[in-house]
Amino acid sequence: MNVVSAVNLSKSFGAFEVLKGINLDIAKGEVVCIIGPSGSGKTTFLRCINQLESINSGALWVNGELAGFRVVGERILPLDEHEIAFQRRATGMVFQRFNLFAHLTAEQNVALGPVEVLGQAPAQALGTARDLLARVGLSQKLKSYPAELSGGQQQRVAIARAMAMNPQVLLFDEPTSALDPELVGEVLKVMQEVATTGITMVVATHELNFARDVSDRVVFMADGRILEVGSPERMLTKPHEPRLKTFLSALSGSRAGSGDSDAQST
Amino acid sequence: MPASLPRLDIAEAVRIRRFRPLRLLLGALAIAFAIFVFRAFADAQIDWSVVWEYLLARITIVGLGFTILMTLVAMMIGLSVAVVLAVGFGSHNPVTRWICKTYVWLFRGTPQLLQLLLWYNLALVFPIVGFPGLGSWQTVDLMGPFAAAAIGLGLNAGAYMSEIIRSGLLSVDTGQYEAAKAIGMTRGKTLRKVIFPQAMRVIIPPLGNEFIGMTKNTSLASIVGFGELIFVMQSIYFYNFKVIEMLLVSAFWYLVVTSILSVGQYQLEKRFGRGFRRGGSL
Ligand SMILES: Nc1ncnc2c1ncn2[C@@H]1O[C@H](COP(=O)(O)OP(=O)(O)O)[C@@H](O)[C@H]1O
Ligand SMILES: [Mg+2]
Repeated sequence: MNVVSAVNLSKSFGAFEVLKGINLDIAKGEVVCIIGPSGSGKTTFLRCINQLESINSGALWVNGELAGFRVVGERILPLDEHEIAFQRRATGMVFQRFNLFAHLTAEQNVALGPVEVLGQAPAQALGTARDLLARVGLSQKLKSYPAELSGGQQQRVAIARAMAMNPQVLLFDEPTSALDPELVGEVLKVMQEVATTGITMVVATHELNFARDVSDRVVFMADGRILEVGSPERMLTKPHEPRLKTFLSALSGSRAGSGDSDAQST
Repeated sequence: MPASLPRLDIAEAVRIRRFRPLRLLLGALAIAFAIFVFRAFADAQIDWSVVWEYLLARITIVGLGFTILMTLVAMMIGLSVAVVLAVGFGSHNPVTRWICKTYVWLFRGTPQLLQLLLWYNLALVFPIVGFPGLGSWQTVDLMGPFAAAAIGLGLNAGAYMSEIIRSGLLSVDTGQYEAAKAIGMTRGKTLRKVIFPQAMRVIIPPLGNEFIGMTKNTSLASIVGFGELIFVMQSIYFYNFKVIEMLLVSAFWYLVVTSILSVGQYQLEKRFGRGFRRGGSL
């Protein structure tokens, strides 16, 4: 079964069409990396999947349900706020800038969703939160506030927070782009471990090594379109699309030039 | 350490006390002014025994109690209104936003005293109020001094405090709304569990000022015959003519209450500053 199906999905901000007919199926358990130049629409696509943005045309299916709408007879009706909030439980999101709840400790950050949204007992949710934080290597930081954590630690808490909701698919929007270069590795390592659990993952990233080692498929986006899809080896070594070739050589060029693995992006 | 540099430690540096003529002048002026005021009070033949007598008198304490009670009730009404207005300002519904704007325009654009008098005399406009299924009442009976003061002070404060709450809500990063949405929280829950707790840090300091301001504003309620501290003091000096003495008694109690509120404000600021210590200015 496909966890995510985008069919001719389009999204505009005003007159500016950012996504121009995206078609993509993501199977259960698959790890898909989305690469592409800055401004190509990676973030917007992820935000459409968990309905932080609403789409303008086409259709999006998440976890077997039409996202944001209901079909009644001949008519397509928009869902209300509560129904959309309910659908969002199927997706978990890890943001580029972490967005941890600043007033809550690490364990409270992870437990908030299970308590407030899933209705778990606080004690049980905190127990699960501690287990998850241990899995991302943060047993020592349960009671730390986000401001007391490094960027890498904050992003690992954010991953635990997303996992605590038991989503069908985890969305990562350039999770390491806002990190200092020496902190990128610890986050990628955690993501790699998460991938081994068999959960479906969609990762917008500039980390080509991660894409090669962890993903099942690589999607190349440019100018709001998917230009090429394929296995990581083939995409990264024998790209067909000229724009993908340019993109890859620009990326490896900047790597060799700057000597670190931090790709700049928006 | 390079050999050419002398060994020294600025911890041993001499602390120089600079001569600051302006400071001295200001200090001297302040002391002179204090002496002048003190002399003036002394010459005015203030009957301190009367001040003492009424400081803890039962009637004073009752008036003080009503001042405190009115402050609490009016603030509660004001805060409820302010939260509704602030959330309404952020609504997607243009009608809601328009209603909120009109409210603030009306209540901020007319004097507080006028509003109190209008509420007190509401019966002239609506002689009878009724709720379907509950029955109806004479407005005069309902709108006594207490109700008029509570509503008049509360609704007015709500208009001002809505701006405070709104700026508090705006101070919270949009990433916080999105993160809350992303874990499936609704708008209401997001506001309650994520946004308001963080907005508090920005809201509390100016709200403390509003609380202190309200304590003093309750004295306006004396105009509609509400028996708070000033009303009580006035009714005493109308027959014993110890005007300054009575006013000093009330000044003392206002200072006590506002000082306690200031301490409480500081404690709350510390509490809601949690998680913002590093890099934060509070
Ligand atoms: N809220 C918005 N309003 C207007 N334009 C936007 C908005 N969000 C993104 N865009 C535009 O959409 C395009 C794609 O952005 P984005 O999805 O962030 O790309 P990527 O994540 O691949 O860098 C960019 O040109 C960006 O300026
Ligand atoms: Mg992006």
